[in-house]
Amino acid sequence: MSIEVSRVSKLFGDFVALDDVSVSIPTGQLTALLGPSGGGKSTLLRIIAGLEQADTGRIDIEGRDATRLPARKRNVGFVFQHYAAFKHLSVARNVAFGLEIRKTPKDQTADRVHELLKLVHLEQFADRLPSQLSGGQRQRMALARALAIQPSVLLLDEPFGALDAKVRKELRDWLRRLHDEIPVTTVFVTHDQEEALEVADEIVVINNGRIEQVGSPDELYDAPANYFVMSFLGPVTHLDGKLVRPHDVEIHTQAPVPVAGDTVAGGATGGAQQTAAAGPAVEGTVVRTVRVGFEARVEVAVAGADGADQSVEAVLTRAEARTLGLAPGAKVWLRQAPGSISIDAPAAAEPRELVAAV
Amino acid sequence: MAKTYAFRAIVIVYLGLLVAWPVSLVAKATFANGFDALATALSDPSVVFALKLTVIVAVQAVILNTIFGVGISLLLVRYEFRGKRLLSSLLDLPLSVSPIVVGLALVLVYGGRGDWFGPGLEANGIQIIFATPGIVLATAFVALPLVIREVVPVLTELGTDEEQAAMSLGASPVQTFRRITLPAIKWAVVYGVVLTLARSLGEFGAVKIVSGNFEGKTQTATLLVEQKYQDFQQPTAYATAFLLALVSVACIVVVSFLRPDHSSSKAQSKGLS
Amino acid sequence: MTTTAPPVAAAPEAAATGLPARRRAGRRAAPGSTRLTPTAGVGLGVALIWFSALALLPLIAVLVETSTGGWPVFWSTITNAQTAAALRLTITQALGVTAVNIVMGTLIAWVLVRDRFPGKRALEVLIDIPFALPTIVAGLVLLTLYGPNSPLGVNVANTRAAVFLAFLFVTLPFVVRTVQPVLAELDKSVEEAAASLGASPFTTFRRIILPALTPAIAAGAALSFARGISEYGSLVLLSGNLPMRTEVTSVRILSYLENGDQAAAAAVASVLLVVSLLVIVALDVLQRRVVRRG
Repeated sequence: MSIEVSRVSKLFGDFVALDDVSVSIPTGQLTALLGPSGGGKSTLLRIIAGLEQADTGRIDIEGRDATRLPARKRNVGFVFQHYAAFKHLSVARNVAFGLEIRKTPKDQTADRVHELLKLVHLEQFADRLPSQLSGGQRQRMALARALAIQPSVLLLDEPFGALDAKVRKELRDWLRRLHDEIPVTTVFVTHDQEEALEVADEIVVINNGRIEQVGSPDELYDAPANYFVMSFLGPVTHLDGKLVRPHDVEIHTQAPVPVAGDTVAGGATGGAQQTAAAGPAVEGTVVRTVRVGFEARVEVAVAGADGADQSVEAVLTRAEARTLGLAPGAKVWLRQAPGSISIDAPAAAEPRELVAAV
Repeated sequence: MAKTYAFRAIVIVYLGLLVAWPVSLVAKATFANGFDALATALSDPSVVFALKLTVIVAVQAVILNTIFGVGISLLLVRYEFRGKRLLSSLLDLPLSVSPIVVGLALVLVYGGRGDWFGPGLEANGIQIIFATPGIVLATAFVALPLVIREVVPVLTELGTDEEQAAMSLGASPVQTFRRITLPAIKWAVVYGVVLTLARSLGEFGAVKIVSGNFEGKTQTATLLVEQKYQDFQQPTAYATAFLLALVSVACIVVVSFLRPDHSSSKAQSKGLS
Repeated sequence: MTTTAPPVAAAPEAAATGLPARRRAGRRAAPGSTRLTPTAGVGLGVALIWFSALALLPLIAVLVETSTGGWPVFWSTITNAQTAAALRLTITQALGVTAVNIVMGTLIAWVLVRDRFPGKRALEVLIDIPFALPTIVAGLVLLTLYGPNSPLGVNVANTRAAVFLAFLFVTLPFVVRTVQPVLAELDKSVEEAAASLGASPFTTFRRIILPALTPAIAAGAALSFARGISEYGSLVLLSGNLPMRTEVTSVRILSYLENGDQAAAAAVASVLLVVSLLVIVALDVLQRRVVRRG
């Protein structure tokens, strides 16, 4: 294991940023720390980098105790959300900074800088100042600067958070390819579940200063450990006392015939989730349909346990919605799609708290 | 719009009568007889001495205040400690304390007849009041906040990301300061230094008290202006005043033109000194 | 004069980072600042010793000197007819000048921010001249235009008007320079919204702009008042320092000191010092309000 975090806690005043966190980051992989703002993921990253000191606990980097080591001796590459470009230095001098500090011979530095600028496609901008670059270019420069010192681990703190959607998408594809080329152990912080699912080999979900689940993107999506993980990884809706994904809600215009057999508890990976057989359907009335691109979102009012109407969201393709002829006021039956996963909804208070946290 | 022009006219007339016209008259009075007044003044040894002393004092005060100002700004912005808010407020005190009170305060503590450090220092042969060190102290006192007020907002704005990036790349605290922080606050320090210089060259009240105003010994340029004027050597008084005004206006112009845009500065909500 | 512009290059960056940074500030105890390291601790110690030796101890010595004299000495000093007259003159003139500055300073700031005309930059420089010009030179220049040989035929030398004029000159920059940045940061769309809701320009100014400027104006006024009551240098040549008529507080302190009466000098100085402290406290409070509104 490249980075070993053991029982780390950190308080800011009376705010618990990290609460007894232990996690192992595998060597050579791209790991995402995923969670809502204020959940502690950036703090954990900064503690690994030595930019913040843990109150208790221990950090090992490549088998060496780094708990008390200052940032400058950890040989860690760090990339900041807002680039932290050295504004008064040219792009090349920015990249060369760490090498100059290490008193690398001039010609060697020049070669390495050239090589890195080529890697991040900035070789024609070597003599520009950071202020003359776009956000995406600055972040690539910051990445080259961090890689220049040949770090044992590369840490990125919401690296694409300040960029607009299109550049963000390009950069994360590029980061994934770059990592495949230079497989340095990389940890990046994000609050964007899509980014984590798309780029990372492994995801660590952090919320309220604790680790909720660690696993590959598939494991997390197919076997969420709990309500929080499932709801954080994508849209969810409540159906018949269970948490399901809207696209796993089937809509029928006639009462479907129930298939024998009930839900099967516990998936192959042993999470809290259940895999549904075709269960009984719930009756409801369409309230609203909205078309967003190729999707159609349907809001259905269902009589809840306490008699009050409950709103359930279902997502269909546009073609399906058209075939069913769904319009406000139509009577429908809802059912969880066979083979899809669900989690028992917790006590009433919890969902609201969760919404606030997200 | 008529109102806009009226406002503009009022402001221009007001500033013209209060500042521009009076200040320009010093130049006029100085050059009423060509360069005679300047030549006479500069051949007067007491004038030459006063100008030299003023420059020596100002340079020392600028050095002291720059080192102290940059250091305390770093501490105030980058560290948390008890009493920080109090210290930050007290640092503005020289802005609102009368120069006469400053002079009196220094005399009480460092004067040979006082109850504090004065007698002890003089017993060891260190004369502060009625000597150059006292003038330097008084000057440094009145100009104390100027560097700090320039540097603190820039340091705050700068944030810590760049410094942390440098540290993560292996730079020591000294390397980080020299290679990253200092270049970023360079202009703020320059403004602060220029303003401190202007203020230091022109201090009058506090210096009058602590220096004793001995001609050719502790008389600075501003004290000389007063004395020459009252001794009916008005051309010399005007010439010296002109030189002082020239330097201070030059300082203002330099800062005003170096600084990108005056009116869009938001950091300065507390006012000036 | 101390209007501080961050370097231009930093500005867009700052705009980009402003929001997240503030959000983080709400959550974390102190973003970016850390507890003192040993080196920083030593630095702070040295800085505090220097600051104490230079400023704090001497100012405390003034208060100590006053208290050793005791209440009777203090009271008889400041109620001495000549001293009381000086204090009264200083305070009334400083208040009057502050009132003028509140109006003129705000107007000047308004013109500098909202108006555009050739030579505006020169006005900017003029505003700062009183700050940098040595006070004795300030007195001399005012005497040249408003003294016995005035080309305007106005002679205020050795009158109370001279005190007013000198105060007006040295306090000119304060309100302008505190109001200017706040005015520049004001969101113009708010005024447009008020206008679209039917407010007249005057109503918009009174109900929308003025409340936003009030803390800054108050801060400038406090500085202007403090500077006024402590003025000395510009009066030396201009006001004649006539006892009971044009003698200000600073001059009183100086003459006590020159007569060797340190206790009385300290007593009067303490009055000024307390006012300075009050101004500093007021500024601290106002500053926080300015920041909150900004």
